[in-house]
Amino acid sequence: MTLKVLLGRLVLGVSLMFAASPAMAEGALVAKHPEPQAWSSDGVFGKFDRQQLQRGYQVYKEVCAACHAMHLLSFRNLSQPGGPEFSVAQVKALAASFKYPALDDKGEPIERTGTPADRFPSPFPNDVAARAANNNALPPDLSVMTKARHGGANYVYNLIIGYSDAPAGFSLLPGLNYNEYFEGHQLAMPAPLVSDGQVTWPEGNPPATKQQMAKDVTAFLIWAAEPKMEERKELGVQVMIFLTLLAVLLFFAYKRVWRDVEH
Amino acid sequence: MSHGDYTYQPKNAFTKWLDSRLPIIRLMDEAMLQFPTPKNLNYWFTFGGILTFMLVVQILSGVVLAMHYVPHETMAFDSVERIMRDVNYGWLLRYMHANGASMFFIAVYAHIFRGLYYGSYKAPREVLWLLGIVIYLLMMATGFLGYTLPWGQMSFWGATVITNFFSAIPVVGPSITEWLWGSFAVDNATLQRFFSLHYLLPFVIAGVVVLHIWALHVPGNNNPLGIDVKGPADTVPFHPYYTTKDLFALVVFVLFFSYFIFFNPNAMGHTDNYIPANRLSTPLHIVPEWYYLPFYAILRSVPDKLLGVILMFSAILVWAFLPWLDRSHVRSAKFRPIYRQMFFILIGVVWILGMLGQQSPDGNFDFYGAELPISKVILSQILTIYYFAHFLLLTPIVSLREKALPVPESISKAVLAKKSGSAAVPGAARSPEKRV
Ligand code: HEC
Ligand code: HEM
Repeated sequence: MTLKVLLGRLVLGVSLMFAASPAMAEGALVAKHPEPQAWSSDGVFGKFDRQQLQRGYQVYKEVCAACHAMHLLSFRNLSQPGGPEFSVAQVKALAASFKYPALDDKGEPIERTGTPADRFPSPFPNDVAARAANNNALPPDLSVMTKARHGGANYVYNLIIGYSDAPAGFSLLPGLNYNEYFEGHQLAMPAPLVSDGQVTWPEGNPPATKQQMAKDVTAFLIWAAEPKMEERKELGVQVMIFLTLLAVLLFFAYKRVWRDVEH
Repeated sequence: MSHGDYTYQPKNAFTKWLDSRLPIIRLMDEAMLQFPTPKNLNYWFTFGGILTFMLVVQILSGVVLAMHYVPHETMAFDSVERIMRDVNYGWLLRYMHANGASMFFIAVYAHIFRGLYYGSYKAPREVLWLLGIVIYLLMMATGFLGYTLPWGQMSFWGATVITNFFSAIPVVGPSITEWLWGSFAVDNATLQRFFSLHYLLPFVIAGVVVLHIWALHVPGNNNPLGIDVKGPADTVPFHPYYTTKDLFALVVFVLFFSYFIFFNPNAMGHTDNYIPANRLSTPLHIVPEWYYLPFYAILRSVPDKLLGVILMFSAILVWAFLPWLDRSHVRSAKFRPIYRQMFFILIGVVWILGMLGQQSPDGNFDFYGAELPISKVILSQILTIYYFAHFLLLTPIVSLREKALPVPESISKAVLAKKSGSAAVPGAARSPEKRV
């Protein structure tokens, strides 16, 4: 039997809709509800704070990028409107600090320097390598992370600074870390933000406390998951105003047309 | 207000020439402008126009999305994200299309329940009703196929669960399922055929919509009183009376639609669908799109898979027998005190079934945060039995036994009676000089 046939039979055999949800039933530990945070991007008129996104990118690059890819993002995104809005020159220099595999004109493999059109480099060549380096857990791609979890940005923020010591009697599996915000309360990611000042921001930014770094990197992830958010909300406000006026006009047109009819 | 003697007159040489060869302008004129329509239709009757508009929105946004979308298991997810990020206004197209599907279903449910309330399924509109059911089934299929396309976790596992229904069929089930998959599991072959069918079915829907409107134009519209049109005094021409009313209602609906597109675009989706499909990791709960939830709850209410699947499909098919199950000659629930209560109970039952479909199948029912002392399994069984009893037992019995209230003689008489009952006539108060 080929693997595909095997998988097919497996899927067929498990009559999914009748199976009770697996882990939850046996009193497994339910994730703690994340504390809601205020995000500048919230609400109808929400906008990102450029400085915050720039700081957040730096946290991603210097901390999270050791394990997590963001393969949907390119360096050019960092200078486009509605994002961190680094200058084009900054983005060029940033991209040039990375090397990418390429071919020379004889077809021999070489390395070239990055350009703004390049995607963010991934830390591992493939999932097998990523698992091998992370206690067999796969660090998920963070490109759309804030949309891909229940609780969104609030969950991500609480998760990355929510580590604590396991309570007495809790059997923490080897290589896992205790975190109440994670379903089951243990996960393979070690606390990524361990000390204040882990990242050095340029002059004029707030002190790099753990909370601040967590907040900023999460704001960066909100933007990364939806780089066109500001454009969407701006257009939305215009569309809503236009449609409201149109609805009022149409209402009076309708009343006027019907004014002679008993109905 | 008489227009009964009006017929289309081609005005210039070209329209005269065309009219004697292909009377298409005459058809349009008779069907869309001059069509005599009861003058007492309320806003529940605007959803037909809204549905037509939504079908056009889905087709137009879908055709453009299809220019950028890649139906391949390794590329589908990223291609949708590319639409969101790199295609000009791609995010708008994608959010319009994804939320548009939900809006389409909101409108169709309003439209169907309107029909149930005002007895629009009864003679002489049975064929119209049956065609509506066909459209609804095609919409269900189209929505399901479309939800598979972004190839996220819910796409993949939803497709797995739903295609597995067919494996419950005795003997040939597994072969049918493999035939649907085009493979031995949901994989690339499945995605490609689902894309092809997702592109095709909306055009089939458009075809059935034409039949549906044709079947509407033979008996004409039903109306809130459920009585037949008795003469020209009861009707107004569709244009400009209902074109303006429908347009106003449409814009209000689009305002509601826009709120979701621009300010809450992922509210109706599931977070897991932003995780790329992974056949090795089953999500904790597999939940279908909200519009299938009541039927999903009916499916899960019985421990036997085959019976569950049969019940689920029967829950929709039973509507097809309604014109013959309901023996009452009075159409509108306005004049049927008992049926009217049954109608509202049915809405409550379907709503709670929807909530049950959303929740994991074990434990007690969670009613908006309050845990009720009844297990979900028992509750969904009771409600499933009630659902079928509503159509198969209560409707026929009540329709024979119930004493209906007196029905007005004609639409115009009812309108006048209502007007003289109320002190102020709004139109008259605002512009008395314009009264005829
Ligand atoms: C040492 C490697 C490493 C670093 C550094 C790291 N992570 Fe992780 N991360 C992981 C691994 C491994 C997982 C998978 C955990 C699991 O499934 O048990 C993970 C999972 C996650 C998750 C998903 C949790 C879930 O619900 O599935 C988020 C969100 C996350 N990391 C955010 C971050 C952020 C933000 C940073 C930077 C501040 C960061 N990580 C730094 C290894 C790392
Ligand atoms: C009855 C009308 C239609 C309905 C109800 C419908 C429904 C859907 C749904 C629910 C999705 C998933 C959206 C998401 O979560 O991202 C989808 C995706 C898609 N549909 Fe449709 N659709 C319709 C018509 C069409 C047509 C006519 C086309 C093509 C001509 C089309 C092309 C697509 C494409 C390319 C996608 C994938 C992109 C995406 O996921 O956003 N659709 N559709």
